[in-house]
Amino acid sequence: MAIVSAKRAARQRAGERFFRTATLVAAFLVLALLGGVAVSLLRGAWPALSHFKLEFLTREIWNPVTGEFGALAPIYGTLMTSLLAMLLAVPIGFGVAIFLTELCPRRLRRPVGVAIELLAAVPSIIFGIWGLFVLAPILQRQVQPWLIAHVGPLAGIGQLFQGPPFGIGVLSAGLVLAIMVLPFIAAVMRDVFETVPDVLKESGYALGATTWEVIWNVVVPYSRVGMVGGIMLGLGRALGETMAVTFVIGNAHRVSASLLAPGTTISASIANEFTEAVGDLYTSSLVALGVLLFLITFTVIAAARFMLLRLDRRALSTV
Amino acid sequence: MSRRRQVRKLGNAVALCLSLLATLIGLLCLGAILWTLIARGLSGMSVQLFTQTTPPPGAAGGLLNAIYGSVIMTVLGMFIGAPIGILAGTYLAEYGRESRLSSVIRFVNDVLLSAPSIIVGLFVYEVLVVRMGHFSAIAGAVALAIIAIPVTVRTTEDMLRLVPQSMKDASTALGAYPWRTITSIAYPAARSGIVTGLLLAVARVSGETAPLLFTALNNQFWSKNLNAPMANLPVVIFQFALSPYKDWQQLAWSGALLITVAILLLSVIARLIISALPGDQGQR
Repeated sequence: MAIVSAKRAARQRAGERFFRTATLVAAFLVLALLGGVAVSLLRGAWPALSHFKLEFLTREIWNPVTGEFGALAPIYGTLMTSLLAMLLAVPIGFGVAIFLTELCPRRLRRPVGVAIELLAAVPSIIFGIWGLFVLAPILQRQVQPWLIAHVGPLAGIGQLFQGPPFGIGVLSAGLVLAIMVLPFIAAVMRDVFETVPDVLKESGYALGATTWEVIWNVVVPYSRVGMVGGIMLGLGRALGETMAVTFVIGNAHRVSASLLAPGTTISASIANEFTEAVGDLYTSSLVALGVLLFLITFTVIAAARFMLLRLDRRALSTV
Repeated sequence: MSRRRQVRKLGNAVALCLSLLATLIGLLCLGAILWTLIARGLSGMSVQLFTQTTPPPGAAGGLLNAIYGSVIMTVLGMFIGAPIGILAGTYLAEYGRESRLSSVIRFVNDVLLSAPSIIVGLFVYEVLVVRMGHFSAIAGAVALAIIAIPVTVRTTEDMLRLVPQSMKDASTALGAYPWRTITSIAYPAARSGIVTGLLLAVARVSGETAPLLFTALNNQFWSKNLNAPMANLPVVIFQFALSPYKDWQQLAWSGALLITVAILLLSVIARLIISALPGDQGQR
């Protein structure tokens, strides 16, 4: 008695070949996507890059009328806003992660954790519109005048707080970005802290250490690599974030010492100007900015992912 | 109590208070944003919002064409992205496993997962919009698909890996080819997990603005043509919020409330499904 007819077996084999190939093709498509992005962006940016050469990176000028473009202001703005965001978001994110893993009563852990994760799910345009209509006026009326009056006159750091309070500008963009990346950093750090074996912490407590001493001397050293990975993941977000920044940065192509002055970032320039750009050189210069952003963010993200490789993959699936 | 001990206890208390403060700041931000959205968005809620198209400045109108466009492009984007993502995730979980190739693909996928979405917009512009010669809803949908793919790959792989190996082995022992095992055993067992992944992908995609700016663009009017620019909520919010007209800004707030409520609902539902899953995956 033939259990499986030859015809059915052949069908099964054909099905196997087909399905296997389909999954393989889809998997390769993911690879091709990254390659395709790199190639097509470089091609689009080529006219500008070959025209301006390396000067593109170092010139502040951005003049569509005379057709002269330099990326210095957007690069500066991107780095500066991200730096500000990280200065604020890393300590706060660290605090949130510590609270969630070590302090929080078990019953509150889940709701608070979910609330922070929901903050991560809010689309970036919402942060942008909120930043423009709510945060910027507060900064303009209350915070910035105080900074100008009290921090402005100081030597050194005072340079950062000069000029009129616009409300929008590099400082506001950095603040909005900080609020945006905070949940990512907090979520990754929490996941990293949860991988610390209880035995290690208990040994610390057994030696008479306080909670904070256990955190600082046991938890943090154990999860150092993962923490840096999480921070860099947040940095990758901040560098590439578009909508939240575009609303509040002011879109001015200049490098100002003052954080209160309007500026621009790479992504904000592209978002603001791309559909209005006339002429190949203008469009191409904007794509060239895109190439720069691609290089910067992909280096940061790749490094972050590399550091987080050790971590339980599932723990990170929300980020 | 010795002085040293007091200092240590004080340091401990200060540090823990600071961490509580940090959490309060985080929650305050979420609260402030939601409160503003509700306060400003609700006053613009009306039937009009869902029955009329975006108006010229000064006239009454709604967001019908933008809502329609967002739904269409999200659905279309998921139709393109979901099969690719699920198949690629299947390859990583079932065929490739720990091979060199799958580690590379996994890494690249993780990088794509957190890549700036505006880069995706530029890519689709270069590849599709330039070739077709005009902005279109199709280009917008493709851009959204590219953002949905990495999310789907990731969750599909994770969920398939949670299916007990013994179940798959049982199927193999009955003489089933891997594809039968995957489609008849692994997929049904991981179904709710995969669906959750798709929900999260929809949540991620439907708020994306940057990739739509120069692919789907925007359209002031009612349009069902997939080959033409199409209105969508995020870009309408962007343009209307930055306009000087009060009624346009009001529409932007209402749109922002709609989109946030939709996305938060999706995320909460996805979380509920995950926590209802059996086994260790439901812990958090």
